[in-house]
Amino acid sequence: MSRPLVNLSGVRLSFDGVQVLHDVDMEIRPSEIVTIVGPNGSGKSSLLKCLIGALVPSSGTVARKIGLKIGYVPQKLSLDAAFPITVGRFLRLRDGTARAYKEIEKRVGIERLVERQLSELSGGQLQRVLLGHALIGQPDLLVLDEASQGLDQPAVAGFYRLIDEVRHEFGCAVLMVSHDLHVVMSASDRVLCLNGHICCEGTPSVVSEAPEYRRLFGLGTEGALALYRHEHDHSHAGVEQDG
Amino acid sequence: MDEFFLIVTLAALGVALAAGPIGCVVLWRRMVYFGDTISHASLLGVALALALDLPVFFGVLVMALGISWVVLTAQGRVHHTDTLLGVSAHSALALGLVAVGLGNGSAADLMRYLIGDILSVSWQDVALIWAGGALSVGLVVWRWRALLVSSLDREMAIAHGQNPARESIYFTLALAVLVAVAIKVVGALLITALLIIPAATGRLGARTPERMAVFAAMSGGAAALLGLFASFQFDTPTGPSIVVAALGLLLVSAIGRRVRASFG
Repeated sequence: MSRPLVNLSGVRLSFDGVQVLHDVDMEIRPSEIVTIVGPNGSGKSSLLKCLIGALVPSSGTVARKIGLKIGYVPQKLSLDAAFPITVGRFLRLRDGTARAYKEIEKRVGIERLVERQLSELSGGQLQRVLLGHALIGQPDLLVLDEASQGLDQPAVAGFYRLIDEVRHEFGCAVLMVSHDLHVVMSASDRVLCLNGHICCEGTPSVVSEAPEYRRLFGLGTEGALALYRHEHDHSHAGVEQDG
Repeated sequence: MDEFFLIVTLAALGVALAAGPIGCVVLWRRMVYFGDTISHASLLGVALALALDLPVFFGVLVMALGISWVVLTAQGRVHHTDTLLGVSAHSALALGLVAVGLGNGSAADLMRYLIGDILSVSWQDVALIWAGGALSVGLVVWRWRALLVSSLDREMAIAHGQNPARESIYFTLALAVLVAVAIKVVGALLITALLIIPAATGRLGARTPERMAVFAAMSGGAAALLGLFASFQFDTPTGPSIVVAALGLLLVSAIGRRVRASFG
């Protein structure tokens, strides 16, 4: 098996004596999709920050493959009215060739948005622009932080389908953090259920049946699982095009 | 042209042209209050320089960097950054006023540093202003893309190989240098205004950050010339006149845009 892109071992993180993460061991291998799910306050964002190097764990190690290129898709930008920037200029904040920018714009379907202001975009359009920004430079690992927040169900489904397509084309691994279980899970190779530590792990179906997972999310409810199956066997191609 | 008038014009233009782009970054990074803190602390720097018989520029630079360091290291510990800045901005001002008073400073001395005294600048000051302004803008231009990215999202910047903490130090340095050269022209109380108002004018009609920075420098420069002219014409204090001119330009641009939008 090829070497992991990122390996976390025995990661513990605490702020002012409050423990946020403990005993976290995980790795991400090339071209797999890993999803971290967990309720609010479970340490999802902190784990992500440790992984990309924005936080240093209190103990344990985070080993990134040498020369690892990460493409990061934030939840949203801290963008306000004071900051004028077009979609095209935003993409060009990253190093790339003129051809690479064009190809990415086409791939994520934002060619017609390049002259638009970032602050004027809809949620779905912004997500695709952020994805395009992250893809420049051919990342080995695409990291998405709650990327589906604020999108409606068809938009989320469309966005995840796009991610699934580009990861095949770019051959990159994907790490997602989400509490949006239903759609994410169907696309993932592996799901890690987080609550301070990793309480269960496996394929989507294994995790969704795991007692730890069900306890954490209170999924005695048939409704939520039914929704998951519903998303799984429908196609919503074309619905999301204009976000 | 009269030599005195040339000196004064060059001094005002130098500060205003540099303040435009720096002010844009201040707006984007939501550092308006931080700018206030640095410029108020500069008064303490003036007192320090007068007491130790050092150049004012040097005293102000040291104090501006000192207070930035205090704020940057203390933020997020116990108090919210906003609280911290509120405390430090006003305490620095009060301490500075007391310190200038203790050092046998007269009321006239105080006013000179509070609202600026451009009429006393020399060729040497002009050289310092242009060198400091160039250094400040040069730093920002050099770090431009990294600054933009780290203003947009800290985690994204880190994941993509940037170092937002380092960018923040570079920018604070650029801001401190600018404040240190600007104090003689606009004074501790109004430096922030000269940073913010032309940048806000530049925002109108700009579609990219680069354009906004250029527009800001242009409107700052125009405000400097207009303010100077008005202050000679009406015998008003120069620094505040420049700020009033900048405000006038902002209002005219905003109204002009509104009118064009409703008739175009």
